[in-house]
Amino acid sequence: MYTQSFSVPDDAGPKSVKPPPATEPADLMAAFDARIDADGRIEPQDWMPEAYRKTLIRQISQHAHSEIVGMLPEGNWISRAPSLKRKAILIAKVQDEGGHGLYLYSAAETLGTSRDQLLDALHTGKAKYSSIFNYPTLNWADVGVIGWLVDGAAIMNQIPLCRCSYGPYARAMVRVCKEESFHQRQGYEALLVMMKGTQAQKDMVQDAVNRYWWKCLAMFGPPDADSPNSVQGMRWGIKRISNDDLRQKFIDATVPQAKVLGVTLPDPDLKWNEERQHYDYGQIDWEEFWATVNGNGPCNKERLATRVKAHNDGAWVREAALAHARKQQQRTLKEAA
Amino acid sequence: MTAQTATAAPALKEWPLWEVFVRSKQGLEHKHCGSLHAADAAQALNMARDVYTRRQEGVSIWVVPSKAITASNPDDKGTLFDPAADKVYRHPTFYDIPEEVGHM
Repeated sequence: MYTQSFSVPDDAGPKSVKPPPATEPADLMAAFDARIDADGRIEPQDWMPEAYRKTLIRQISQHAHSEIVGMLPEGNWISRAPSLKRKAILIAKVQDEGGHGLYLYSAAETLGTSRDQLLDALHTGKAKYSSIFNYPTLNWADVGVIGWLVDGAAIMNQIPLCRCSYGPYARAMVRVCKEESFHQRQGYEALLVMMKGTQAQKDMVQDAVNRYWWKCLAMFGPPDADSPNSVQGMRWGIKRISNDDLRQKFIDATVPQAKVLGVTLPDPDLKWNEERQHYDYGQIDWEEFWATVNGNGPCNKERLATRVKAHNDGAWVREAALAHARKQQQRTLKEAA
Repeated sequence: MTAQTATAAPALKEWPLWEVFVRSKQGLEHKHCGSLHAADAAQALNMARDVYTRRQEGVSIWVVPSKAITASNPDDKGTLFDPAADKVYRHPTFYDIPEEVGHM
């Protein structure tokens, strides 16, 4: 499962400027702020400033879209998983991602948007999803690396979201986090097995790590200095830990795991800083990140096209289910008459 | 629902929303765990099973049309719930009982 601190504006650019917040009734705003300051929770029927509602709809729906699109790169390997065991695991994981998307869409809908509107925004390319899924899964080790690193990064991000100020989002995150740990562990374990194999298998793992490492670091979102939205998100209790802090936590946790696995991380600047008590790391390529977010990654078009096709191909099922429900209802009414 | 002829293309409509309640274990209450869209009750149950009980989280599921739920208004919170705040005598700790009486 996969968010990132992805609350990038849907018309994203590295330096997008937010319009000034709309004026809200002072007394309601004061009561809202007081509740947030007291670390209280906001529920769907409570009054909330429009900007808070909009930010949440954007973030939760991007998160939901990421889950749904995230099914594609892994789903790609279900038919080619190396054993029945791995296939069953992968199917369970992909099904979880679908479930996570549904929890999140439901949470977004409590804010007054509809499922159709949310899907429409995804399918027309208006809404974003995590940029990590716009990269291809080239070999079986990619599936393991997605579990270990991509899900690992997502967990880092999602654990603080369990304390998000918006109740339905926080509750969805609790459920998601409970299920997520299996995702990371299965990936890491699949890689451990490969690292005990032939040289060719070990090379596959290293290759997958090399391709995904920097992209995973970018998942945490732009540096704090370039994230004007983050400050407001922190103020509102939507975001609890800054992008850079989460990224650092992820790196510090991952370096020892890489060592146990027996792979190197492709960053010559990666080294322990005794003074900071953290690992230092090199420069992330933000230009590539934004290019991918804005539609120019290697798989953006393919992902969206697959998603839209699946939705369109399923239209008749949705219509038939409604027609069936109507028919059943009429039959019951007739019998009752 | 008014009858619609099969030939008239029905406007694509969203499946209605259902609230899902799961009993995690025999002897415990059903607890709200989320919502989902489904065309009818039977489908809602099936989908609730897939969405909310993939890891044996439940032994029983209720689904209720969301629109059938009547909720109290948050603005009425004060009127509804504050009166209970000053009725401390409704709690056992309000009463001082001599120690020698023991547990009561």
